[in-house]
Amino acid sequence: MTDSSEDTKGTAAAAPEKAAQPAAFLDVRDLKVHFPTDDGVVKSVDGLTFSLEKGKTLGIVGESGSGKSVTSLAVMGLHRAARQQRSKVTMSGEIWLDGKELVSADPDEVRRLRGREMAMIFQDPLSALHPFYSVGTQIVEAYRVHHAVDKKTARKRAVEMLDRVGIPQPDKRVDDHPHQFSGGMRQRAMIAMALVNNPELLIADEPTTALDVTVQAQILDLIRDLQKEFGSAVIIITHDLGVVAELADDLLVMYGGRCVERGPAEKVFSAPQHPYTWGLLGSMPRIDRDQTDRLIPVKGSPPSLINVPSGCAFNPRCPYADVPEDNLTRTVRPELREVGGGHFSACHLPQEERERIWTEEIAPKL
Amino acid sequence: MYSYIIRRLISAVVLLLIVSAVTFGIFFLLPKLAGQTTDQLAQQYIGKAPTPADIAAVKKNLGLDKPVFEQYWDFLKGIFVGVDYKFGPEAAKCHVPCFGYSFKTHIEVWPEIQSRLPVTLSLAAGAAVLWVVSGVATGVLSALRPGSVFDRMAMTVALAGVSLPMFFTGALALALFTYQWPIFERSDYVPLMEDPFLWARTLVLPWVTLAFLYSALYARLTRAGMLETLSEDYIRTARAKGLREGKVVVRHGLRAALTPIITVFGMDLGLLLGGALITEQVFSLKGVGAFAVEAINANDLPNILGVTLLAAFFIVLCNLVVDVLYAAVDPRVRLS
Ligand SMILES: Nc1ncnc2c1ncn2[C@@H]1O[C@H](COP(=O)(O)OP(=O)(O)OP(=O)(O)O)[C@@H](O)[C@H]1O
Ligand code: SF4
Ligand SMILES: [Mg+2]
Repeated sequence: MTDSSEDTKGTAAAAPEKAAQPAAFLDVRDLKVHFPTDDGVVKSVDGLTFSLEKGKTLGIVGESGSGKSVTSLAVMGLHRAARQQRSKVTMSGEIWLDGKELVSADPDEVRRLRGREMAMIFQDPLSALHPFYSVGTQIVEAYRVHHAVDKKTARKRAVEMLDRVGIPQPDKRVDDHPHQFSGGMRQRAMIAMALVNNPELLIADEPTTALDVTVQAQILDLIRDLQKEFGSAVIIITHDLGVVAELADDLLVMYGGRCVERGPAEKVFSAPQHPYTWGLLGSMPRIDRDQTDRLIPVKGSPPSLINVPSGCAFNPRCPYADVPEDNLTRTVRPELREVGGGHFSACHLPQEERERIWTEEIAPKL
Repeated sequence: MYSYIIRRLISAVVLLLIVSAVTFGIFFLLPKLAGQTTDQLAQQYIGKAPTPADIAAVKKNLGLDKPVFEQYWDFLKGIFVGVDYKFGPEAAKCHVPCFGYSFKTHIEVWPEIQSRLPVTLSLAAGAAVLWVVSGVATGVLSALRPGSVFDRMAMTVALAGVSLPMFFTGALALALFTYQWPIFERSDYVPLMEDPFLWARTLVLPWVTLAFLYSALYARLTRAGMLETLSEDYIRTARAKGLREGKVVVRHGLRAALTPIITVFGMDLGLLLGGALITEQVFSLKGVGAFAVEAINANDLPNILGVTLLAAFFIVLCNLVVDVLYAAVDPRVRLS
């Protein structure tokens, strides 16, 4: 507390939640994000817990509507950035970023962290970039929000960043407008903008979904290289397991606003412990197999987030819903339980049964 | 950018030519449709008891017996180089731009219109500044708090502004602030250069009344546009940078919502410059609009043709300016 250069860490340490203060760089605990609407409360995220260290990558997967984007926007504080949004969302739980709690923090305090300590890139770079401003202007703006430098210095920085993300002739292209860039270059520019302030947390929400297949791999490589270089924590959100297979250290599978399985990526891939993850793996395209016998999509449609199915939210679509006794699946919500080595799963199936189904019934078909 | 401007300029000139041709055609046909002969037309230029020789002279001088194309050509020539008329021994010069002579007063059309222009320009410009500023500001504030007390009040007032006729609001303003409390006494237009204070004082009521009508429209337009742009992805990006909400709204939201407003503004201003007919009537301002009304009442074809073409000119001009502004605002326009 006496050393003013460490004031941010100092205040957090002196906060009353001292006992609860987490060790991890990013620590999300029991996060709930609900949207009251005319039809009822949409429980987009309903009790999510995970943590992430610097230098590590977390992959969040799940089908459309499972709450991935809402989670990332919550971490960024973007549900409450504008006054007019605040009455339309209720948030609870804790989001600790580098020792600071963000859910209870003043929105303006979170704003000052946004872009500097945490940054985000979005799915569709064309709509995420302002059509009327040049790419350079937008990067310069991002830099000058957090650095008191003149435009010339900021512009030099923008050119440097464009160069770093692999834009050819960056000193010329810096004055181009987004529509003059190709899709891949736009996403590179978005990445340059997100990283211009050396953030410690980078959230990429489906960064390759809107891009050509050939460009997707390049963008993923770029994110990986930059992470090595900057040592930041990265969250990659996707509904395509292939994207995170090589990138993620940890994996979090979301279903209906909740986490159904999480753990080290190699464990989740080699021995998944949840029927929904099996479904995701089954619907993952693989190059070494024939198209027809490979795709086993998850049948049925995503759950309602207003009237979430009782018990396990996945039960209407789960082929094993009747296996656990006492109709447990439809009455009791399964808690996340550790299956070993930081690997968690929320399913009523006994662990031996899950392992048997996986090795005997699922794995051979993949 | 320059090639874009030149392209727009050329198409504006072509448009003006077409408009003038069509207008001229209509005004050429109208008297014929009404059963008027060329002789009767010529007669309108002369006093009460014309001799056949006079009529023949006028017909010859004005080219009234020529085919329509030639007459149109002479008309265009008059606008760009002027015309010399010879009435017997005396010659008259109709100066550039020559729109001919009034049937009734036998005065050249253009100088008459020209003398009315400052009134209309002052009226339109002052009202435009008022309504753009107040309308856009109200719209932005409403969009920031949709459903709030301010929003609902502003939109109710805006609804009134859009639906109440000028006759009513203008008369009400006059009744209250000229007769009940004579804050703005009734007076004739005073040129800006002569006395800026008096100039403004004469115009305050018409400005405000006119601006009330338009700013209501602009508030609604801005509000709708802002609500749309504020839900765009790039607004989220701007917030993700850590920008203050004020900058997000103005630099990113308003900037994008401005394009449709510019378009509508160009049309509104263009129309208004051709004469604010009702406003000038209500506040007895002798502007282009009042001139047009007089011309129509008097069935004074050359005068009507003159103001019609002037109005068309202003509309085309404003649209040209809008196109250029549009390109300056939205870089995608000038490159496609
Ligand atoms: N502001 C909001 N108001 C009401 N409901 C919302 C709001 N934002 C998101 N939702 C709902 O929350 C649910 C989760 O949305 P989210 O965008 O997080 O899904 P996602 O997992 O990112 O899906 P996708 O793969 O399609 O991007 C959706 O059903 C969505 O309709
Ligand atoms: S709890 Fe039941 S319904 Fe849910 S995943 Fe496990 S077996 Fe399927
Ligand atoms: Mg999403």
